[in-house]
Amino acid sequence: MSAHCGQVARTVTGKTRLALVGSPNSGKSTLFNALTGLRTKTGNYPGVTVARYEGTARVGGHEVVVEDLPGTYSLDPISPDEQVVADALDPDNPDIGTPDGILVTIDATTLRRSLGLLAQVMRTGLPICVVLTFRDELTRRGGTLDVSALRRALGVPVVGVTSGSRNDLAQLQSMLLDLAAWERPVVPPPTDPSQRRAWVESLLQSAGYEVPEVDRRTRRIDAVLLHPLWGTLIFFATMFAFFQIIFTVAAPLQDAVQSLFDSLGTLVTEHVPNPLLSGFLGSALIGGVGGVLVFLPQIALLFLMISLLEGSGYLSRAAFLMDRIMARAGLEGRAFVALLSSLACAIPGIMATRSLPSAKDRFATMMGAPLMTCSARLTVYVLLTGLLVSPDTRVGPFGAQGVVMFALYLVGALSAMATAWVFKRFSSRGGPVLPFYMEMPSYRLPRPRSVADAIWSACKGFLHKVGRIILLVTVVLWLLLSLPMHSDAQLRSAGVDPVDRTAVSAYAVDHSYAADIGHAIEPVFAPLGFDWRINIGVLGSLSAREVFVATLGQVAAAQNPEQPAEALTHMTYTDGPHQGEKLFTPATTAALLVFFLYALQCMSTIGVMRRETGSWRWPAVAFGYMFVLAWTMAFLTHTLVGLSA
Amino acid sequence: MGSVQWDERRKSRPSVPVDSAPDPDARLADLRPGMSGQVIDIDESVEPSTARRLFDLGFAPGAEVTVLRKSPLGDPVVFQVVEYEVALRKAQAAGIHVRRIA
Repeated sequence: MSAHCGQVARTVTGKTRLALVGSPNSGKSTLFNALTGLRTKTGNYPGVTVARYEGTARVGGHEVVVEDLPGTYSLDPISPDEQVVADALDPDNPDIGTPDGILVTIDATTLRRSLGLLAQVMRTGLPICVVLTFRDELTRRGGTLDVSALRRALGVPVVGVTSGSRNDLAQLQSMLLDLAAWERPVVPPPTDPSQRRAWVESLLQSAGYEVPEVDRRTRRIDAVLLHPLWGTLIFFATMFAFFQIIFTVAAPLQDAVQSLFDSLGTLVTEHVPNPLLSGFLGSALIGGVGGVLVFLPQIALLFLMISLLEGSGYLSRAAFLMDRIMARAGLEGRAFVALLSSLACAIPGIMATRSLPSAKDRFATMMGAPLMTCSARLTVYVLLTGLLVSPDTRVGPFGAQGVVMFALYLVGALSAMATAWVFKRFSSRGGPVLPFYMEMPSYRLPRPRSVADAIWSACKGFLHKVGRIILLVTVVLWLLLSLPMHSDAQLRSAGVDPVDRTAVSAYAVDHSYAADIGHAIEPVFAPLGFDWRINIGVLGSLSAREVFVATLGQVAAAQNPEQPAEALTHMTYTDGPHQGEKLFTPATTAALLVFFLYALQCMSTIGVMRRETGSWRWPAVAFGYMFVLAWTMAFLTHTLVGLSA
Repeated sequence: MGSVQWDERRKSRPSVPVDSAPDPDARLADLRPGMSGQVIDIDESVEPSTARRLFDLGFAPGAEVTVLRKSPLGDPVVFQVVEYEVALRKAQAAGIHVRRIA
């Protein structure tokens, strides 16, 4: 019956559709990448594939569509991403087309458990091919398995693959072309749990399965990394080193990119005679968008470190160490991983909440996730931290900028957990208590290819964002900052020499439409020490946080095109009670940092929240509570730092 | 599909454990690191969906479980079961009846 449905699906699309099913961490995403060449994120953390991914495998001129389904331990779903798998394999589900065949990845080192899932998949009646992974690890740990005997006992094709082996892959690829040739089991596996256990045992026996030895290497590493004292110290040291590296290693690279843009700016002022064009090139493109591009090295480094932690298997340990603390917030270790993913960007973090079985936990984590310091905040933090403390200042052996940054990340994380706790506390009660379980995968060397892919796709995403949304908003802000135009007569009457281009652009900015808007919202932000220029930056950053950097870059470039960074430090209030005083005082800068720590300034996050929760209610709640929190905390910071100064 | 059968099996099971364990009330959560036990069954009070998931994770009657280590704050605990390692919270481990093995 189900084969029939598959037949229909094939004639509709004209291509064979295969689904990849397997437990988390069974090498499923790696196989998917090898088959399709389309890169999805792969890692050694159970539950990395949270969305549906499709790719096309080209085999001998034919195209086969492969779908990478989320990892699952069972076809009886208890979490949203497991529901995806169950629905996709259910021939009676009309919403999702049933695949023509299923590839089931099975980790050879956890065969006994994995065969239980295979039994469930075999009950669907669809053509099945088993892909046996981690056979090299089985051998290393002294286990044995007769693949052809397993194939005979199961009654379905079994292909062993070793990651990186082209021969194994070619054998599998050749099988994808002819699903009709796949053997079908004579009798489907039993559904009754105790009978199924007997089925699994008899399979293991006929396949001559020798249980692999305990992975001594993993045990030895865990003895240190999960040690009550050393493990905790190493965890915090790792997190701390993370931020020091972002600064110390990325700083020279960032300086190099910055000086490139600086010299470009000089080139433009010297060689472009048209003031409007040179203003656009110098302020909007080089000062604004270029100012954001400077952060590419930091983004790359951040993702390098996250993918190393993930690929080695340490992320699961981190979740294990943090579970008890997460429990304080009413959450679990997996929520910690969702929050940790939010360090890169809140969007994968929000998507990772799909691995949480409880809807209440999901919403609570989702409300907290945008408070984690994402890579977009990083750009603002780096700029403002640079204004707040000089690079030479040291706290003990550490750079003070790195320490401030660590503190910002820490406060963000604590606030995220506190928020989750509040939402969990006040959300409606009831609903079953769902179990917490988390596989501790063996430590594996991160695959260079996966790490490179993660960095590349992060950089690509960043450049994409810079090229579209940030460029667009920056151009609009540039227009607002440059218009209206002023005639030479107007300039002279205002006491500005029309020949002095820097003075002209500074005057134009101060009397622009943007200035009017910035002044109009001054009552809201004046208590935080913000002037109209900061207000415009904050307003623009509602689309994406990096726009703030671009806006300040534009304003600064208008005042000092060769040394925009200098211009920022010396910027003063242009009017009001503080006229002539330094704008970026410690109080204002700290208040701005705190404002960015709490405010939800990201259209993409709002969009994803809407999609994941199915209503505008949750994004509206998140935006509202975060704005109020941001204003209040920034006000407190401004007052406290102002008093202590 | 499978869950119906699972529930039936649970209902049809005799209420008195058939195994004459020395301590019939031993739970997995009671074992200290380094100790091993054999799973007898899952407590009646455990949600059917949770019981089902514990079964799928390998905590099936007859399976051998070893307590590997506790987290620095005492909970969760890493267990070795059917050749792999999995962390459970004590609350879940308390729902699993075991017979201690020396």
